[in-house]
Amino acid sequence: MPSFVITEKCDGCKAQDKTACQYICPHDLMALDREKMKAYNQEPEQCWECFNCVKICPQQAIEVRGYSDFVPLGSSTIPLRGTDSIMWTIKFRNGVLKRFKFPIRTTTEGSVDPYAGKPAPDFATLKQPGFFNGPARTE
Amino acid sequence: MEKETCTFSYCKRPEVTEVECDLLIMGGGMAGCGAAYEACRWANEKGLKVVMVDKAATDRSGAVAMGLSAINTYIGENKVEDYVKYVRNDLMGIIREDLVFDLGRHVDDSVQLFEEWGLPIWKKGDDGFSLDGFQAAEAGKKSLKDGGMPVRSGKWQIMINGESYKVIVAEAAKKALQTNREKTGMEQNHFERVFIVKAVKDTNGKNVAAAIGFSTRENKIYSFKAKAMICATAGAVNCFRPRSVGEGMGRTWYPVFSAGSGYAFGMQAGAELTLMENRFVPARFKDGYGPVGAWFLFFKAKATDSFGNDYCADKEYFDDAVARYGDYAKGLGTAIRNHLMMRAMKDGRGPILMQTPAAMKALGTAFKEKLGDKEGAKKMKHLEAEAWEDFLDMAIGQASLWAARNIEPDKSVSEIMPTEPYLLGSHAGCAGFWVSGPGDIAGTPEHYSWGYNRMSTVPGLFMAGDVVGASGHKFSSGSHAEGRQAAKGAIAYILDNAGYKPAPKMSLDEIAAELYLPFEIYEKHKTYTTEPGVNPNYIGPKALQARLMKISDEYFGGVATWYMTSKTMLEEGLKQLEMLKEDAGKMAASNLHDLLRCFENYHRILSVEAHARHMLFREESRYPGYYYRGDYNKIDDANWKCFTNSTYNAENNTWELKKVPYVQMFK
Repeated sequence: MPSFVITEKCDGCKAQDKTACQYICPHDLMALDREKMKAYNQEPEQCWECFNCVKICPQQAIEVRGYSDFVPLGSSTIPLRGTDSIMWTIKFRNGVLKRFKFPIRTTTEGSVDPYAGKPAPDFATLKQPGFFNGPARTE
Repeated sequence: MEKETCTFSYCKRPEVTEVECDLLIMGGGMAGCGAAYEACRWANEKGLKVVMVDKAATDRSGAVAMGLSAINTYIGENKVEDYVKYVRNDLMGIIREDLVFDLGRHVDDSVQLFEEWGLPIWKKGDDGFSLDGFQAAEAGKKSLKDGGMPVRSGKWQIMINGESYKVIVAEAAKKALQTNREKTGMEQNHFERVFIVKAVKDTNGKNVAAAIGFSTRENKIYSFKAKAMICATAGAVNCFRPRSVGEGMGRTWYPVFSAGSGYAFGMQAGAELTLMENRFVPARFKDGYGPVGAWFLFFKAKATDSFGNDYCADKEYFDDAVARYGDYAKGLGTAIRNHLMMRAMKDGRGPILMQTPAAMKALGTAFKEKLGDKEGAKKMKHLEAEAWEDFLDMAIGQASLWAARNIEPDKSVSEIMPTEPYLLGSHAGCAGFWVSGPGDIAGTPEHYSWGYNRMSTVPGLFMAGDVVGASGHKFSSGSHAEGRQAAKGAIAYILDNAGYKPAPKMSLDEIAAELYLPFEIYEKHKTYTTEPGVNPNYIGPKALQARLMKISDEYFGGVATWYMTSKTMLEEGLKQLEMLKEDAGKMAASNLHDLLRCFENYHRILSVEAHARHMLFREESRYPGYYYRGDYNKIDDANWKCFTNSTYNAENNTWELKKVPYVQMFK
């Protein structure tokens, strides 16, 4: 389901050096038309429909349209990703509407302190099973 | 054909940067993030420099970029030994049991860290029903580390709210890299949007001295010199012609951005491969390729032919499978279930249907009986949300496809179908490199271990995740844990070889000329025709991919031939592939995006070549349901219950293949 950018909503992430969608796309698909200052998907047939550009866009200017090979027109899938949960609104072709809300993380974004409270590595165990923070399980 | 060279007569010379470090991690997916997390903790104590390179943004790179709805490997209350047996059964009897056992005894620690960092994990409620990550916290359920009970969708799988799984794991890795920067004074040790193209050997003829690549954002080339390297990149996708060939080409089951770059890197370094004939052909919801695991295991749905028959119970099919594939067929592993489904489809009994309404009805009835009408209906609503979350966390397009076709799972059945083939080593496949095991597990034969855990046959070159062969079913958590294991092995190697100073065989000028050759070719020839897309002097990235897909599909057992191939087909396909490989010397790119695609597709070509040569070598059909050798359509344990290993010599373009004994370590 290739992403598309709504002309009116996209502001090219203003004067930033790259757009949010360019930054996040795992497959290097999003590009910026510097004349129009609008983003676009430069290779729709390589889109994995991961929705990362949709989720990150500060203007909510990106949506997806079903792959033309096999998806009938008329439905939509819209995420709204917050700091701890995500809301999905799914509209069926026949008008049925479904809304879901799911947790996404239990800690504050940016709060991970990777080694806090963990033991220092013991180099005597470097070639043994286990990780720096403890031995491997035994049965 | 005349060979093209780059002298920067036509394209602009890029800036070349040399980065020196002790440990280089290639790939920022689950394995790469695990490697960074473990490596930095050890490295910080000794002042060693750790660098990670990712072709995308690490927050959303790798196979977990979209998210996941389950963690497929969590040992928990089970025995590690049973995990080994399960993996062995699913991979048709030939695995490196030392590697799988080693993974099993380490994986839970990574899962427990994910929860600590903020990944919501479902827990079992007091009433036996599932609680999502938030509900579990509200109900005061313990963390996994403290003995909390996860919700199992299968014996090894646990359910999560995994939309942000990768973002969370990346955060820990990035913070770990930051601590290493602070300790060592490195300005930058996390490179995003840098694509590694190939390995450069050391003048000592043994090590890999440098990994070279380019920025996909600016005209800049990098040479990363390191004492040890961990290759933690993905398997290979979009190598075979997919079932959808228009826009839908991107709707691959495994991430479309998996280009076999790790296979190509190790091959070009001369590392030994194992079981590259293995592939994975998942049966998934048709077109959208949404996951079926939760439907089978969690919602207890049945898959049937169009008449409601269980094709796995078809006596004729089953007896034939046992006659050809022996006891392996009786285990009904993933490959055999695929095989039986294909039999039904070939007999015109399709479409194959996932009977979702019956499953949901049965669950609804059970809930009402247990909880009464009101509470039962509430649980049912929660269950429906869980079913949708399964898609929305990891295959959003499948949810959209259901919406577009007006499919509600409690009302309509859905088609399932086997996909095009994929090459990988971390999911239900085991194509990859031959690596050293830990060596301490009882019964380990000598040829399984040569000093450093997860080191390939090239000194100092370590592997983790998809590119490790003969040990599948690691999935996301296992890849993270394996990255950590490889990191420990690599740190040990660096400390033992402190005197080693990488000396790449190529100069920086030669590197720049090789990586920018597609630019030079394009600029040199582009005006020869009125339309630069059609030009006899070069081949663009899309044409490279189309030719590769056609060869793979038609000769190497793609969907076109129902996964059937043979000696004669493989040999003809390899002839054509060899020409394609030669033509890759005339790849042309007009911008950085195309340059990325050119080299990604070259990596796919090398991965597929290894795959085809291995299939040609193994004269049996070890993986029915994934591919068949029509000339040897049976499993032949007497001759082929062994590993098939190969080495590619990039300098003279030759291959060596051999059998390596399999040893059963767990009875």
